[in-house]
Amino acid sequence: MAIPNELRYTKDHEWLKEEDGVAVIGITDFAQNALGDVVFINLPEAGDEVVAGESFGDVESVKAVSDLLSPVSGIVKAVNEELIDAPEMLNSDPYGAWIIKVEQVTDREELLDADDYETLCAEEG
Amino acid sequence: MKLIFEKSVPGRHSSLLPACDVPAYELPEMRQEPLDLPELCENDVSRHYTQLCQRVHGVNCGFYPLGSCTMKYNPRIDEEMAALPGFTNIHPLAPAASVEGCREVLELAAKYLCEISGMDGMTFQPAAGAHGEFTGVLLIKQYHASRGDTARTKIIVPDSAHGTNPATAAMCGYDVVNVASAPDGCVDLDALKAVLGPDIAGLMLTNPNTVGIFDKNILEITRLVHECGGLCYYDGANLNAVMGHVRPGDMGFDCIHMNLHKTFATPHGGGGPGAGAVGCKDFLKKFLPKSALMEGEGSIQVRGFAGNFLVVVRALAYLMTLGKEGVPEASTNAVLNANYLMEKIKGTFTPAFDRVCMHEFVLDLSEFKKETGVSALDVAKTLIDNGMHPPTMYFPLIVHEALMLEPTETESRETLDEAAEIFRKLYDLAHKDPEYMHNAPHHAQIGRPDEVGAARNPIVRWTRA
Repeated sequence: MAIPNELRYTKDHEWLKEEDGVAVIGITDFAQNALGDVVFINLPEAGDEVVAGESFGDVESVKAVSDLLSPVSGIVKAVNEELIDAPEMLNSDPYGAWIIKVEQVTDREELLDADDYETLCAEEG
Repeated sequence: MKLIFEKSVPGRHSSLLPACDVPAYELPEMRQEPLDLPELCENDVSRHYTQLCQRVHGVNCGFYPLGSCTMKYNPRIDEEMAALPGFTNIHPLAPAASVEGCREVLELAAKYLCEISGMDGMTFQPAAGAHGEFTGVLLIKQYHASRGDTARTKIIVPDSAHGTNPATAAMCGYDVVNVASAPDGCVDLDALKAVLGPDIAGLMLTNPNTVGIFDKNILEITRLVHECGGLCYYDGANLNAVMGHVRPGDMGFDCIHMNLHKTFATPHGGGGPGAGAVGCKDFLKKFLPKSALMEGEGSIQVRGFAGNFLVVVRALAYLMTLGKEGVPEASTNAVLNANYLMEKIKGTFTPAFDRVCMHEFVLDLSEFKKETGVSALDVAKTLIDNGMHPPTMYFPLIVHEALMLEPTETESRETLDEAAEIFRKLYDLAHKDPEYMHNAPHHAQIGRPDEVGAARNPIVRWTRA
């Protein structure tokens, strides 16, 4: 299971990368593996407000629908629209398939580094 | 197997209609092209549907412990009553005076179901459970609107509630507030208190909940919601566990739906028809939908005429067959059967909650999957090869690798013993030959359907080649 060193992680299995004050958010390899094949994604729109710890969309697999929880509070700058037609990218390339980019970040959840996230995944295994 | 449309042969037909003995009436020409209906003789049609029957597993084929669905055996006498010509040869627009018997059925069924649920009024309009929820939450919405209380925009749905509850609240225009369960599977009272306030329209609760546990704090829960001005909605999905023993009305609920097709024994699971009877306390009666043949003061109508009338006939026949003593006996046996099966399975697969259950229980296969690599899905698929319908899988979401079993009261001890033995066999098989289970079923009509492909590229309509 891949856990890139340069990213930060939430306990809810989202990853986050900050580039010039913009937070790029996706779901982890562990998350996509637990979900199984993703068949549908509900996304917010650019300009929407997201709140740390609250849902900004959801992903649906054959098993279940799961909320996507935002690691940060801020305003959605961009949405990865490719995922609407090809949600399977979340399975094949979880760290390449970013979901949203958030700007004007005001608040953030407690984030884990790669080592701590790996420990968490091992516990939830 | 071919679709009935693909079996169609031009010109083939069944001449069942007698010669017309009334003046012909031409329909106004609205439709421009001919109807594309299949052309078959009676024999073709009979074989087609018999073949379909042979390809599925129904309650009449064998054990069907599909958790949360109450797949009990449906007594034949209910079918016999529903087939009486006085009930089948009527028209929805027939003059009321000519269908007094049907009115009596509706009123008597309403009376009995009010007695069972502790409610004061009832409508049979909703077509099934989720439709009943929708109607029930609309009662709550109308109540607040009638008092000018427009600040209530949220409905509380505990995470152990039935899966349709959040969807219902959203369909009625409410925001959904999720409340977590405590480790014992009941609603976390502190988490509930934290979200209560003047913006709460109500609470939707299933009790016993989806992990088969009766919430011991139910009186406290409904009191807290009422104190903040909200109303309480009871999802009757699990009524089979408690009917005749405890009444939602006495637990503090203001309105409720009951799945007549589940709890009161109408064949279901094939797409209907069902009936989601909605009951309410006196103060909500004025908002009940208008319904043919029944009093209903409200202005909304959620379905045409009297709802799925013949389902109500079956439910009434069922209730009258069981009587006052039989109704609680049925739920007692449903609970007994679930506990018996859970105890027999213990030692192999692990129950998610180690305590006495209600009418259903959940197995947690997450440790088992770590040990063997065999998932809940693999176990479910291998059960098909053993002549059993799989339990509900991956629900409730609060249990990982969940299998949820509801044996119902209509299964014998022999059936339950046999099922427990099958589970034991599969537990051993998973440790010896996991690969076999990854590829199951091996002896069913089809292997594993491409669920991902079906979800990503659904083909929901047949088109002529």
